[in-house]
Parts: sequence; structure tokens; C-alpha cells
Amino acid sequence: MATTADHFQAHSEDHGHKHEHDHKPAFFARWFMSTNHKDIGTMYLIFAIFAGIIGGLFSGMMRVELNEPGIQYLDTFARWFGAVNPDFNSTLHTWNVLITAHGLIMVFFMVMPAIIGGFGNWFVPLMIGAPDMAFPRMNNISFWLTVFGFFSLLCSAFVPGGTGNGAGTGWTVYAPLSTSGSPGPAVDFGIFSLHLAGAGSIMGAINFITTILNMRAPGMTLHKMPLFVWSVLVTAFLLLLSLPVLAAAITMLLTDRNFGTTFFDPAGGGDPVLYQHLFWFFGHPEVYIMILPGFGIISQIVSTFSKKPVFGYLGMAYAMVAIGVVGFIVWAHHMYATGLSVNTKMYFTAATMVIAVPTGIKIFSWIATMWGGSAEFKSPMVWAIGFIFLFTVGGVTGVVLANGGVDDVMHDTYYVVAHFHYVLSLGAVTALFAGFYYWFPKMSGRMHSELLAHLHFAVFFVGVNMIFFPMHFLGLQGMPRRYPDYAEAYAHWNHVATIGYMVMASSLVIWFVNIIYAYVAGRRAADNYWGEGATTLEWTLSSPPPFHQFETLPVIGETAHH
Amino acid sequence: MTFGKYIHAPGRAVASLGLAAAAALTASVPAFAQNAASSAPAAPSALATGAAEGAALASGTGSYTPMKPVEGVGMPVDGGIGLQTQYSKLGEYGAWIHDGILMPIITIICILVLVLLVIIAVRFNRRANPVASKTSHNTLLEVVWTLVPVLILIGIAVPSIDLIAKQYKPAPEGALTIKVTGNQWFWTYGYPDNGDFEVISNMLNIPGSPTINNGVREVGSRPWDGPAHLEVDNRMVVPVGEPIRLQVTAADVIHSLGVPSLWLKIDAVPGRINEKVLVIEKPGVYYGQCSELCGAKHAYMPIAIEALPRAQYNAWVLTHAGGEIDGQKKPAAVPAAAPAAAPAADASEAPAGEATAEAE
Repeated sequence: MATTADHFQAHSEDHGHKHEHDHKPAFFARWFMSTNHKDIGTMYLIFAIFAGIIGGLFSGMMRVELNEPGIQYLDTFARWFGAVNPDFNSTLHTWNVLITAHGLIMVFFMVMPAIIGGFGNWFVPLMIGAPDMAFPRMNNISFWLTVFGFFSLLCSAFVPGGTGNGAGTGWTVYAPLSTSGSPGPAVDFGIFSLHLAGAGSIMGAINFITTILNMRAPGMTLHKMPLFVWSVLVTAFLLLLSLPVLAAAITMLLTDRNFGTTFFDPAGGGDPVLYQHLFWFFGHPEVYIMILPGFGIISQIVSTFSKKPVFGYLGMAYAMVAIGVVGFIVWAHHMYATGLSVNTKMYFTAATMVIAVPTGIKIFSWIATMWGGSAEFKSPMVWAIGFIFLFTVGGVTGVVLANGGVDDVMHDTYYVVAHFHYVLSLGAVTALFAGFYYWFPKMSGRMHSELLAHLHFAVFFVGVNMIFFPMHFLGLQGMPRRYPDYAEAYAHWNHVATIGYMVMASSLVIWFVNIIYAYVAGRRAADNYWGEGATTLEWTLSSPPPFHQFETLPVIGETAHH
Repeated sequence: MTFGKYIHAPGRAVASLGLAAAAALTASVPAFAQNAASSAPAAPSALATGAAEGAALASGTGSYTPMKPVEGVGMPVDGGIGLQTQYSKLGEYGAWIHDGILMPIITIICILVLVLLVIIAVRFNRRANPVASKTSHNTLLEVVWTLVPVLILIGIAVPSIDLIAKQYKPAPEGALTIKVTGNQWFWTYGYPDNGDFEVISNMLNIPGSPTINNGVREVGSRPWDGPAHLEVDNRMVVPVGEPIRLQVTAADVIHSLGVPSLWLKIDAVPGRINEKVLVIEKPGVYYGQCSELCGAKHAYMPIAIEALPRAQYNAWVLTHAGGEIDGQKKPAAVPAAAPAAAPAADASEAPAGEATAEAE
């Protein structure tokens, strides 16, 4: 640690703190051979926005098809994916391609790159007072693997995948639908996509763990780290431990598909349920991977705008650790209908409900942080309060679904779709927007319009609740998920949800306008534009920060709080 | 958009006719035909066949006629927001846990959080409270909000675990076994205790929509047809009020047998047999749908379970070639009906065969 500090101090004597001496590389070297955590973070964010638009378009295609019973648009969509005169089956297959691509894109290429690759890369080094990530070049390869993973997934939509073009297996890629059920290269492209993105994420996780454990500024003990850094640290461990299991599972799929193995084929002594166990051993930690950094962002924002330190800091940090640990031993609650033994089902019911305790601690601590505060309802704070409420709604339906016996009627219905969109689409994405408005001026050096940001929130909040709240009703009434067509009785709430989609989509227009506004007419952002409540290290730097920061390491005093 | 422009008209028509006994069928068919013909002009020829066959069936003694579903029973209701009404004891228990325990708790928690957030917005904003407190710890509060959720969860877990224990109670010896097999994209129901015949169950085609299953008739072409998307050509018929041992498996990929009004969902996994005990409390038709993504026509392989009193169930069994009651092909009780039953059997087997001609 001392040597590192000396090195950077020596470096700073050469250049001083003048930003003009940043030595930014030329365009190609800067953006294609980047080793700068801020540039890589920016590229992750741009990539996530790009992928999010595509994933969002896919959900729009789904909602327009679901507007009324019957099949209206899938035939057109099938042609977009290169089908010539598609028959009815390949038309329907297009639906499965849409749900698969929407899920994979939003999980692996939107939420994860944005929240870990984007905000993690940008702000973990800034918040711990480090000059960069521990392995800058590995950081770059993490990013480009993710990009090529995305292209592999896009390619899969245009090649045969069984009954039609594209991989129509669902994002869970369950065998045997994904093995004997889907001949053609589409599923192989999909699997390769997950391999690439997974490898990128594993390297990213190693990078974050090394950075956070070894490169904190002098005086910043683990218990003084900002909660966002804690959240990324826990997330990185989850990634590191869960992604190799996914890699193993999908590699076994690949060999089952192409090389005659029978890991998941009962005809050769394999078991389709084994795949589900492996997948969800990864898949459940994965949902915490998506939401934990969001928890961290919300903690920073709530503390900043209440002008109060986080309430119960240690409880908050260790609640995330507890969620991470317990998150590894609850996976089979995704498999209640698979035919688990009675003891297995009882165990997973009990274990899953345990997660509600640390999650409750987080919700109550955020509220206690705001309690007694002097809150300014700037846009990030409004988004954060929206998050707390929406995440509570998504969380309590999770408690309902945790009950193995009750899940019998809700499993694989729209109730589940409503639940996980409340915690992800309304939880993680709301946290992403909160973080975006919190840090955008810091990253760009330009202030966004607070008016547009509030408007964006209001329209988005109405829209997403219109989309997803009625899905609880559909699920309780028994509408199965992953259906392009449904009985007439489900028409009413599906129609409402489709209108909600249009409301939500229009809120994104406001967001894009706001970004353009910031770059065209936005005021220059001060170093600490949120004022006295913003106490973490990134606010000690200019906006945008210099190309290389903390050439002299900051020293964290004994009394400094997180 | 107007609700009702789709194919639910036959379902409404059926309901408006009321649930009459098989004897009333001949009378109700013309009324139904009129109703349906006005809303679905494409299907008159099929309707005519249906009327003729219905009349033939009704005249046969000891014969079986598919039951007419009751609107809102065993199926979703238009714009509904809660669980479907349950028709099994376990379902009633599960619905009670959801409606009586879980829903109140989660509603109270959401309202509590919302109220606290509103109080914060009103009392702890910059104007109302210019100087922020610096409180960052309160051990008692933290212990309370850890322990209270634990107690609530224990309160939920007790009935929840009890429900699971009851769901796994094995069927009594001698319970009727039905073997359910999921296929891409239809269900087959085997009756090993009744002569091991097999029923193939396809979704009915929907007038005005592309053909889902070649050779299968359109929904609404028989007076007993339920809602489009949910009705099938051959239902899984079971005796009401007695435990049934479902043994569920799949022939190709994973499917899932899900019937919301019976609190039933169990995956059909190739290479495995999953067992579930089902006791249906009331005669009726209960609809469900495949609940595990199984490929292109995943949305088009519904499940229709028709629960009948034992005598009518036996009559249904005997309409199948090879159908047996207690190991006997023709029960001694109805020897006189046997000659009549044989043609009736042909007639009710017809939907599969006859539909082939119909669909051309």
C-alpha cells in the first residue's frame, strides 16, 4: 500500500494537479484501448443505454402483441428476424425469441453493465480514493467481452433455432427445450453470448474485489467505506462465486447439444432438473447482483439529500452481506413446481423467507436516515423515494411467493412477472435512474434540468405501475407467463398494461431530451453541486473529474464518516 | 377496445342457457346455435353437426355427454383481480393463507412504508426542519425492526409449512391413478385403473384465427364448449369427491400441469414421474394451461378437467374402447344398455375422428 501511495505521489510531483496536463490519449487509443476506469465506465453506460433501448423495444413488441387476445403482430416481427413467409409455428416461435432476448438483454446487457460496469467503474475508485481500478487492462477486456457477448446474442435472432429463427428457450434456457427441443445454431449463439458476458463479469468481479480490498486511501477502513462500495464488494463476490456455475451449466448444455453428452437427457441417465438446480444456483444470486448496487446507490442518495449520515451504517453493510450469503441457499424456490421432495420444499420456503429480514432492515434504515433530516427533494432523492416504495411492493410479493404451498397457484404466472419486475424493472432501473441523476453532472460536467428529471420520474412512475400492477391480478387469475395469446377474461388488464407501456416509453423520451438539454444548454456543474450532504470523496474532485485523479492519495481522518 | 368482440360469445351463450341436465340438451342446442351463429358466422356447418350429434347422444341411455362449464367457475373471470374460487380442500386452505394472512400483512407493510414516506416528505423537508439531526444509531429500534419481521415470518411459516405437509400426503391405497403426459403441444391422459385407455387432449381451434391443431373442431361448435383458448376436444374426466393420484411426466420437453381453481401445478418432466393427489369437491369443468415454456405452441395446450359423480365417470369410461370398471368391460348393472352404449361410444369417440373430416 505504501509503495503504491509513494508511486502516485511521485507521479503527482511531475504533473501537479492541473487538469490541462491530463495526457488524454487520442481518440482510438482512448476509447478502444482504454485503461481508464472513468472512460470504461462511460462506455459501459452508453452500451447499457443502447442495449436497454433494444431490450425495451422487444418489450414494446411484446406489449403491443398482448394488447388484445389473438395473434396480431408476430408475423410481422418474424419477418423482421429474417423469416420468409413464416408459418404459424415460426410466427409463434418469434414470441419465444422476444421473451428470451428481452430477459437476457435486460439482465446481462442492461442492468449489469450499467450498475456494476458503469456506476461501479466510475465511482468505486473515486469513493475509495484510488487512482484507478487494480487491473486497468483487464477492465477493458471485461467491457469488450460484454459487447461481443451482446452481438452474439443479436446474431442468434437471425439464425435458425428450431421452429423458427432465434433462440426461443426463455432466458433460463431450460433443457431439454434448449437441447433436443431447439436444433439449429441460435441457441449455441445464445450460450456463447452468456459465456462471453459471464467471462467479462468474472474478470470485472476480480477487478472490483482486488481494488476495494487493496486500493483504499489511507485511513479508509472497511467500516468507513461508503455503502455503494460495500454493495459493489458484496456483488463482486456473488458474481465470482455464481457465474462459474452458470458457465458450467451452459457448457454442459453446449456439449449435450453438439457432442452427444447426456447431462440433462434422461435417455442417457441425465436429468433435466439438474440443469435447473445449476442454473438457479447462479440465477438467484444473480437477482441480488442486479439489486445490491442499487441498494448502495439509494443509501448514498438518501444520506446526501437528508443531510444526515446513513442510519445504522454497520447494520446496512452487514444486511447486504447477509443477503448475499443467504442468497446462495434459496435457489430452489424457483423450482417449487418441479417436483421437489417435501423436506426440500419446506426448507426452501423457510430459507427464502429469512431474506425478508435483512431486506426489511435496509428499508427501515433508509426511512430512519430520512427521519429527522432536512430533506431536499432534488431529482435523485425523488427517484430514491420512489425506489423505496416500489421495492417494498416487489419485496412483499416475494414473501408471498416464498411459500412453497402458495406458490403452487402462482408459479409461472403473471404474478411472478409482476413480482420480479417490481424489484428489477421498478427497483433496479429506478435505482439506475436515481444514480444517473445523482452522478450525471459529475460524470459529464453539465447540469441536467431538474424540471425534466422530476417530470421523467412522475411519468415513469405512473407508467411502470400501470404496466406491472395489473399483472398481479392477471397472475392471481391464473394467466401463465410467456404466452403470446390468452383467454378473453385476461384482456382487460393486459390492455391496461399496454397503455402503461406507452406512458413509460414516453417518460424515456423526456430522459433523452434531458440528456440533450444538459449537453446543449446545461450549466457547468460545480465540484459538489448537491451541497453539504454529499460527503463522499467523489465530491472533492472537479466535475468531470480529472483524467487521472488522486495522484496524491487523500487521507481519511479518524472522525470522518462514511 | 370493446370486450366481447372475440370468441367468448359461445361461452356467454352457454352460461345464459344455464346448467341443464343432459335431457335438456336437445332443447338448448337450437338456442345455442342461434346465439353462436349470430356472433360467429364462420361455424354454422360445424354447429349443425354438433346439434345432430348432441341429439343422438342425449337419446342414448347410460351414455355420456360432456358437461357444460359454468361461467366463472374453474376459469378466469373478466377483469378479475383475485384468486380463482377454489374447488379443493387444499385450494381453499391455500387461498385462505393468501387472502387471510399474506394479503393483509403485505398490504399493511406497504401502507406503513408509504405513510412513513409521506410523513418524511411533510415533516422532514428543508423548510419544515431546516437543521438535520445527526442521529445515526438507535440500538433498540434496530433490534425491534429485526425481531418483529422475524415474528411475522414465523407467523406466516406455520400455516405455510402445514399446507406443504398436507399437499404431500400420499393418496390412499386404491386411489384412482391417472397418468398425465405433456407433449408438444397437447396432453394425454392415461387411465391404467380403467383398462389403460388413453385420451388425447387438443386445444380447440378458434374461429377466425389460424388453425392451431389440424383436424380439431372449432370452439363453440358444441353446446358444452367453454372459453376459447381453454377448451379442449377431449377433457380429462375424473370422479368427483375422491382422491385421484396424478402421475405426471412428459414425452419431449418440460411442460407443467397447472389448474388455478384446483391449486394444482406440477411440472411434467421427461424421465421423471411427479405425483400429486387431487380431490375435487364439486362436479364441474376446471380449466388450466401449460405452465412451463415448451416451445412454439406453449400457449395452446390447455388442460380441462371435468369432475363427474362416479356413476357418470363410469359411463364416460365405458365410452372408450378398452374402458373397464373394476376390471370388467361391461358392468353387470347395465346389460340392457349395452347395445345402445356401443353406438354411443362410437359417437363420443367421434370428436377426434369426425373432426378430421370437418377440418378438411
